[in-house]
Amino acid sequence: MPDGHPSRRGWAIGLLIALLALLLGLAPPAQAEPVRIVDDRGRTVTLPVPPQRIVSLLPSLTETVCALGACDRLVGVDDYSNWPERVKALPHVGGLEDAQVETVVALRPDLVLAATSTRSVARLEALGLRVLAIEPRTLADLRQVISRLDQALATGQGAALQAGIDQALAGAARLVPPAARGRRVYFEVNSAPYAAGESSFIGELLSRLGAVNVVPAALGPFPKLNPEFVVRADPQVIMTSSGSAARLDERPGWRGIAAVRDGRVCAFTSAQGDILVRPGPRLGEGLRLMAECLASPGSRAP
Amino acid sequence: MSVKPGRSPWTLAALLLLCGLALVTLGLAVGSTGWHWPLGAAAPDLGQAAILWEIRLPRSLGAWLAGALLGLAGAVAQGLFRNPLADPYLLGSASGASLGVAVLLAATGLSSPATGWLAQLGITGAAFAGALGGVLLTLALARGVQQTLRLLLAGVIVGVVLGALSSLLLLRLPEVMRTLQGFMLGSTGFLGWSAVQVLAMSLAPALFVAVALARALDALALGEATALSLGVPLGPARGLLVAVMALATGAAVAQVGLVAFVGLVAPHLVRLAARPTHRALLPLSALAGGALLLAADVASRWVLAPQELPVGVLTAVLGGGYLLWLMHRRPL
Repeated sequence: MPDGHPSRRGWAIGLLIALLALLLGLAPPAQAEPVRIVDDRGRTVTLPVPPQRIVSLLPSLTETVCALGACDRLVGVDDYSNWPERVKALPHVGGLEDAQVETVVALRPDLVLAATSTRSVARLEALGLRVLAIEPRTLADLRQVISRLDQALATGQGAALQAGIDQALAGAARLVPPAARGRRVYFEVNSAPYAAGESSFIGELLSRLGAVNVVPAALGPFPKLNPEFVVRADPQVIMTSSGSAARLDERPGWRGIAAVRDGRVCAFTSAQGDILVRPGPRLGEGLRLMAECLASPGSRAP
Repeated sequence: MSVKPGRSPWTLAALLLLCGLALVTLGLAVGSTGWHWPLGAAAPDLGQAAILWEIRLPRSLGAWLAGALLGLAGAVAQGLFRNPLADPYLLGSASGASLGVAVLLAATGLSSPATGWLAQLGITGAAFAGALGGVLLTLALARGVQQTLRLLLAGVIVGVVLGALSSLLLLRLPEVMRTLQGFMLGSTGFLGWSAVQVLAMSLAPALFVAVALARALDALALGEATALSLGVPLGPARGLLVAVMALATGAAVAQVGLVAFVGLVAPHLVRLAARPTHRALLPLSALAGGALLLAADVASRWVLAPQELPVGVLTAVLGGGYLLWLMHRRPL
């Protein structure tokens, strides 16, 4: 039959055109290639489209996501994330040790940001979630984390954020007068006492200010010290939490430490402590707190 | 055993005292710089003297006193419950004491347990109350001390539950969590003169009352009926002994945190060397406990100097190892 052929060919051509149109319409021209990111475990995480529902399980990552302008894509955060203010309204899903797997899954995230030490990572992945495990521990790490998050979320603001942080860091470093440079500093992380050593990122910040950390790099980033070590090292400035600061002079032998004698003990509130211990976008602010502390004239005449 | 366990208590006491003295001397020489003999130094500068006097001496004495309190508490518990495995830790008193301290720290927002005089007393009080509560709860669950197995099981249960409550408190209050974690590992790092005073003031009455009641413990060792027939007022004697145990445990826990096994091992060591009656066993166990904890403290400063091992970790490893060896030699 001669009239059957043209109609069948017409069908085939129409179908082809429709398929082509469908393919063209689906694929956005900018996102032809899926983004591949290698995380801190060495695993490659593939993101076909920029994630829109993100759960962050680490405060410094929460802060970085928000600083990249993607705060509205967060649908859940860990219990300790408290900055910027708006994340406090999001569902809180537990901490490093006790992230609630069920709650995270119920939030239907298309990306979970976690620390490498987060216990629930394996469980979350087994449940089919896409997990990016990145944990900033040093200033160099932070740079990497910003660029990888920028890439993953396609915010295009990574370079600007990095430049802003660098500028804030440089500005803070200028706050320290030459006379205050070279002061011996003891940074106490908690009263056990654990200290921040030269190799921790707090130590890195201190050395940017020209301060001398009394805890050498050889002891590791956060060593538990014999308190006698601090008395011997005789730091000129002590940075600690406001809870410990008030009672430093009651510790055996600490009254004689130069910092305690001269009143150069800086008591950081817990909000300030958050800024200091999180390698995130507020590092410049943290460095400014340290710089102001270092430059303080002391409350008692030496 | 080749050594006859018949050595005179006086010889043993002298030996243990000598051992304690030697360890205190060693404690003066070991600090954040590792081994460093203080008196032989060419120029004993002022800072060195302050470190010796204000840090190492009170720390060493404090560790000895805390160990003595734990040893005494262990000996009292083992006599009172007629069980060689009774220990302040197995009867819920140590976990009660640490819960008491945790509640106090959480309520007052203190973030550093090493503080002045009044705070020391407050913490000791809280630990004492917690220890007493823990023991009483155990006794109530076991319906008295008659059945050893019930008692030990109840003690383990109370210990686990109170420990869980402490952990819950920690999770709810992350700001004091790290301090309390350090506390639960046991630490002798911040023992100062005020702590030494509180410990000594607790040890003196505890030892006095315990030795005064030594006859009751001896009688109890022969069984309850015998004790009653000997005219021992069991009720009041037991009450007082439980209080002594709680005071000794509470004072020690308040100052050095949870330090395991010293109370259990000290009386065993004494019994290995001699077979004394309680009048001698109680002070001897105190001497042995003091020497044990001080030795552990010196080691904890020395091994990684200037970093520190938590002393509780060290005593747990050493004490646990010793108990295993004991079980291996003499199947219980």
